[in-house]
Amino acid sequence: MKVTLTINGARHSHDVEPRTLLVHFIRDNVGLTGTNIGCDTSSCGACTVHLDGEAVKSCTILAAQVDGRELRTIEGLAAADGTLHPMQQAFHENHGLQCGFCTPGMVMAAVSLLDDVPHPTEREVREGLEGNLCRCTGYHNIVKAVMAAGGSK
Amino acid sequence: MPSILGTRVKRVEDPRFLTVGGTYVDDLRDPRLDGALWLTFVRSSVAHARLASIDTSSAAAAPGVVAIYTFADLSVEPQLSMPAFNEAMKRPALADGVVRFVGEPIVAILTEQRSQGEDAAEFVVVDYDPLPVVVDPVEAAADEVLLFPEAGTNTAYGRVREPDPTLFEGCDAVVHMTLYNRRLAVAPLEVKGCAAVPAEDGRMVVWLSSQGAHTAVASLQAALGTEDLHIITPDVGGGFGAKNGASAEDIVVCRVAQLQGRAIRWAETRTENVLTMQGRGQVQTVTMGGTRDGRILAYRVDILGDAGAYPMIGAFLPMATRMMAPGVYDMPKVEVIARSVVTNTAPQMAYRGAGRPEATAAVERTIERFAAEIGMDAAEVRRRNLVPKFVEPHKTPVGTTYDIGDYPAALELVLEAAGYDALRKEQASRRAAGDRLQLGIGIATYVEITAFGGSEYARIEVKDDGSAVVYTGTSPHGQGHHTSFAMIASERTGIPIERINLVWGDTDLVPTGGGTGGSRSLQLGGSAVLQTTDLLVEEARQRAAQQLEANPEDLVLDTEAGRFHVAGSPTAGRTWAEVAGNDGLAVASDFTQPSGTFPFGAHVAVVEVDTETGQVELTRFIAVDDAGTMINPLIVEGQRHGGIAQGAAQALCEEFIYDADGNPLTSNLADFTFISTCELPSFELVPMETPTPMNPLGAKGIGEAGTIGATPAVQNAVVDAVAHLGVRHIDIPCTPERVWTAIQEASK
Ligand code: FES
Ligand code: FES
Repeated sequence: MKVTLTINGARHSHDVEPRTLLVHFIRDNVGLTGTNIGCDTSSCGACTVHLDGEAVKSCTILAAQVDGRELRTIEGLAAADGTLHPMQQAFHENHGLQCGFCTPGMVMAAVSLLDDVPHPTEREVREGLEGNLCRCTGYHNIVKAVMAAGGSK
Repeated sequence: MPSILGTRVKRVEDPRFLTVGGTYVDDLRDPRLDGALWLTFVRSSVAHARLASIDTSSAAAAPGVVAIYTFADLSVEPQLSMPAFNEAMKRPALADGVVRFVGEPIVAILTEQRSQGEDAAEFVVVDYDPLPVVVDPVEAAADEVLLFPEAGTNTAYGRVREPDPTLFEGCDAVVHMTLYNRRLAVAPLEVKGCAAVPAEDGRMVVWLSSQGAHTAVASLQAALGTEDLHIITPDVGGGFGAKNGASAEDIVVCRVAQLQGRAIRWAETRTENVLTMQGRGQVQTVTMGGTRDGRILAYRVDILGDAGAYPMIGAFLPMATRMMAPGVYDMPKVEVIARSVVTNTAPQMAYRGAGRPEATAAVERTIERFAAEIGMDAAEVRRRNLVPKFVEPHKTPVGTTYDIGDYPAALELVLEAAGYDALRKEQASRRAAGDRLQLGIGIATYVEITAFGGSEYARIEVKDDGSAVVYTGTSPHGQGHHTSFAMIASERTGIPIERINLVWGDTDLVPTGGGTGGSRSLQLGGSAVLQTTDLLVEEARQRAAQQLEANPEDLVLDTEAGRFHVAGSPTAGRTWAEVAGNDGLAVASDFTQPSGTFPFGAHVAVVEVDTETGQVELTRFIAVDDAGTMINPLIVEGQRHGGIAQGAAQALCEEFIYDADGNPLTSNLADFTFISTCELPSFELVPMETPTPMNPLGAKGIGEAGTIGATPAVQNAVVDAVAHLGVRHIDIPCTPERVWTAIQEASK
């Protein structure tokens, strides 16, 4: 079946099997490999993208379910001139990434968290990112980065 | 100009990961892989059985299926992963007539499309003739159920020895415990994957998610019967010790590519990953004896390692535990008995710390038990037994020689930073008030071994535009080598770090390498870069002298300008670009470190335990970790954070569980309780730097230190929180159920 999505401002139409997951559509059909797959139980958040501005785990949705809607992935976060989004900048400044595998999903989840709670406390950041796993950083610098991006102390 | 070394340079590798993501094996869009077939494994669903039959006929007819392979089709000899293991315990890449653990690959299916593999796998019918199962290593040690009857034993490595009956003579207090250092899923966030393609020139090009391209060469050569390999490790999403070399699955992928003569790709699922990538797993029987005034006189640890179904590196790790068994303590008599046995569970890999966390967990848990026994504060007992500060090598009763250390200073630093006395007061008042939430304070002091000696390669090339490329045999997968190595090369050349690139993980571009593991990279790889930089500067000086018609001895390198000139007359000079010229300038060297280095530290964990539910909250974690000279404290801290989280996870929540029939109960990330943001606080890190004399940087390893101290610190804190209720020990992970049960039993 044909599925059409606007991803990072560009329209993408592909013929896919009805069972195709959104994350596979993004990675395999569109070829945007920044969005990662880290589990098979919707537990890790490595696949987090924005669907109409809200963070979703793209492994939990069929591409067909979101036909016609707007997506943003990590590749669409920085400005067109390459200037990093404040969240990307905060991750860089605070060493919020090591191997980088969780990073795209983590950054997308964090951006969405600040949309909902602009100046979060540490607890709010930790609760907001509970569904995004990282094996490298112990979360310390991720939390610090999100607090910094949110102007929290 | 102030040195760049020791400063918090932000990582040069970040922007790519933050904007488009890394390129992991599954992201490769290399044209050589166009039209690749996908490989899917059919894995054993039982723990121990003879394979009565494997019927692949329906699967062969499923859509997109190109070929199906079993053991007999591969003609790959089973391999013994280390020569020291029991010869009869070789591992076949696909099961050879018998399966020995749930998840063991039996069949490989090749399909046109990726999704077709999973569908076809459903049609493979495996008829299992069940064999008796042994999951518990203690039972396995009895040799009643044998995994390899030809071996006549389940012992894969080491041997049984009679303990010394006189060891605890003269001790007026002796404690004895059995400790379970549980199995964990390693769970790097990127699972394993491999792609292989026979190139036109007859070579095999292999992409691996591995901690070292070079460390995979030997096993792939043996399996493929060819020397001619080009191995590449692209970005790797974490390894933690368990992505060393090539796995059984990688071998199958490469062999099938060879047999098919075309490109093959494979990416495992998370379930496959946790079923096959596990670490730790020791049963430790410990005894400690000493005087009632707190002097420890003797310590014994009898280690039974659970090797899993085939001996891999994990089977060897009880030896690493043995080396570090006495830890930071000056104990006159130490006896270690160590061996590992096979069981019907996943073969054990290395996992962050690999044998040293187990050593620290044993001695640190036992010393607290000893402190409770004699009624002395746990910090005080440690003080009375620490090896005093030393600057000359210190040899322990097990024969390990530590390089340099100041354990008393590390302990005092952490106690001070934690506010130890105030915490004890707070604890006393909560106890007196009978609060529901009780405070626990846990200490762990540690010393570990990193790099284990060895050598590493570096090459530095300066191009005609004055930029440089560093080639290393280490293999970064999150550790920030590009930044650290560029800092080292920049400091003595004056070439800015933004103009220094790093090449790694490609056997065509880097001739040799030891990869990344055992916290070796900065001290060996970084020292190799330092040594090579010095050679490069000398070489450049010669060249510049020729160009300037001057004496090399008269030339100085102005590192601010990146330019050579005659001392005192800076007008005539040669920049790096000019010195390199059209041909460029390149120098390579190997750095060798004769033996390991011994980072040390002290950790304090503070927990709150809900005495009604057994719920534990880790509220503070304070750490002193001395890894010698820090090149980039930002990166060093990141390594400590990650290590602490993984160590705390083992104490709080993580455990890979099998039932008695060898069925995994935690086979995905929904069931395996991977630690998340909410179970952890932010960490309080205290710096300490005691440079090692073993290498010119003065650097020791930092990759594993956090993990090593954190597990016993947290476990000790949990036990401490409820010690006044009569609890003397709680196994890890300290789940609410275990804690609650311990409280109930103590109050009986
Ligand atoms: S891949 Fe989507 S949550 Fe793990
Ligand atoms: S940075 Fe490696 S998993 Fe988060």
